[in-house]
Amino acid sequence: MKNRVIKWIDQRFPLTSFVKNELTGYPTPRNLNYWWNFGFLAGFVLVLQVATGIFLAMHYKADITQSFDSIQHIMRDVNYGWLLRFMHSTGASAFFLVIYIHMARTLYYGSYRAPRELMWWTGQTLLLLLMATAFMGYLLPWGQMSFWGATVITNLFRATPFIGDQVVIWLRGDYTVSDATLTRFFALHYLFPFLIIGAVVVHLVALHTVKSSNPSGINLADKENIPFHPYFTIKDFFGLGIFLIVYCVFVFFLPDSLIEPANNIPANPMQTPNHIVPEWYFLPFYAILRSVPNMVGGVVAMFLSVMMFSFMPYLDRSRIPGGALYRPIFRLQYYLFIIDMLVLGYIGYIPPTSLTILIGQIATFCYFGSFFVVTIISRAEERWLIKRGLPPGVEALMASEAREQIVLPHRRRSGDGL
Amino acid sequence: MAESDALGDTGRRDFLVRVTTAVSGVGVAAACLPFVASMNPSSDVLAKATTEFDLSGMNPGDMRTVAWQGKPVFILRRSLEQIKEMEASNGGFAPEPDRQRVKQPEWLVVVGVCTHMGCVPNREGPGWLCHCHGSQFDDSGRVLRGPAPNNLEVPPYHFVAGNKIVIGQA
Repeated sequence: MKNRVIKWIDQRFPLTSFVKNELTGYPTPRNLNYWWNFGFLAGFVLVLQVATGIFLAMHYKADITQSFDSIQHIMRDVNYGWLLRFMHSTGASAFFLVIYIHMARTLYYGSYRAPRELMWWTGQTLLLLLMATAFMGYLLPWGQMSFWGATVITNLFRATPFIGDQVVIWLRGDYTVSDATLTRFFALHYLFPFLIIGAVVVHLVALHTVKSSNPSGINLADKENIPFHPYFTIKDFFGLGIFLIVYCVFVFFLPDSLIEPANNIPANPMQTPNHIVPEWYFLPFYAILRSVPNMVGGVVAMFLSVMMFSFMPYLDRSRIPGGALYRPIFRLQYYLFIIDMLVLGYIGYIPPTSLTILIGQIATFCYFGSFFVVTIISRAEERWLIKRGLPPGVEALMASEAREQIVLPHRRRSGDGL
Repeated sequence: MAESDALGDTGRRDFLVRVTTAVSGVGVAAACLPFVASMNPSSDVLAKATTEFDLSGMNPGDMRTVAWQGKPVFILRRSLEQIKEMEASNGGFAPEPDRQRVKQPEWLVVVGVCTHMGCVPNREGPGWLCHCHGSQFDDSGRVLRGPAPNNLEVPPYHFVAGNKIVIGQA
């Protein structure tokens, strides 16, 4: 019976072949380490956020007179409302954590390099969508931090040339962040996750076209690949278990650690809290915004600080495979960059004084500087490594990749490929 | 003209394709307009345009915060020393004489929204300090220390009989 049903479907929809080619039998490099778990984890958190979000929306009221109270209603009266809300609020931080680790892995192992540029750029789009979604969701509890966070961020659009003021009013639907703003942010906060799902599909189609990168940086021939199931289903689910332990510790024991205390005060448009800070995942970019003395310059710098990553496929000009694993200077620069990010995050968190502004400016300079330095270092390092003598395997690999690049266009011309 | 010639007239066909594309492009843009416009302030929001406030009961040195268009407006009754001090200086890096920022030197009326990121500065000592990013303003609402690029905005206002002020109308 089961076979007949599947056969009936297969004649009308490629179910069996899809499952075999893209899920169970999907060829995966055998040497993936646990850093390759985070894409799967990001997908898991996305599902978790959509699920908890839909159920929260059944009890939430997007109206400035009711929204703050409706959160209290969810926390106190709704069955397991506290659980749904803490899963959702912790899930936001978890989402950024896994995405940042996912990006850090890509940078470390050089996975952004050809032929995976489109994966990197769709990923960058996903990051921007995620940031927008998180930002709009943060307004919904209508606490003091929600209100002033939204005020500051919508104000960034004043930097738009000529029509800046009108753009800000248009975004808010009022002269200040108000009921109109709250309602539209709720509508968009519900919409954006579905845009994210769409972008994830594009990301995955690209992945299944170019296949996973791997720690060696070598494009493994078919014989080095193993089927996704059961080898990587097991590995991903083990990683998921570890992730869920950390996640549950926060959901059940430390849920308030990720919520600013000031957000338990209802929004007051007449009084800015003494110390406003964004959520932890925006802190480095916020520090860059604060470091630039000029307003428009600050907004441009903050936007660029997120977008700089997309230039990496062109900024990193080294042909040594394997990313930072086989490139000592790039590796050093990578760790310095991570430290710089942490410094920026800390500077973004503490109240501004003239010393922290100076440190922030130095860290901002280093942040952008490292993207420019990598263009010079990557080539110099490659020359140095070749002069010092590469391992014979790597040398043979680079030679074969160079050959492939010559062969490929020839094939295209002769028309036996696509 | 033979039928084959008419069919082969690609110039005519291209022209029609271009015109159709252009007209439908305009149509799509026109259809977007109501959606974009719906996000602009609605009539009830626009109706909040003016605020009236009674100034009696404010002593020299007192400050009140009044909501106008949902934004805080600072009304400061300045003492003689404050007026003298403000008239002596031209402010910080957005210089502007104090006379141009007030209608009566005794009353300073400014929008209490930092010109940097829109936070509400707090009254601290003489002037205001914005806690978000550390901008400092003097008793004329002029910026003394960044990152705010401009002085606090002076809203349109006028005094009416009975010691009252109407904000939102010059």
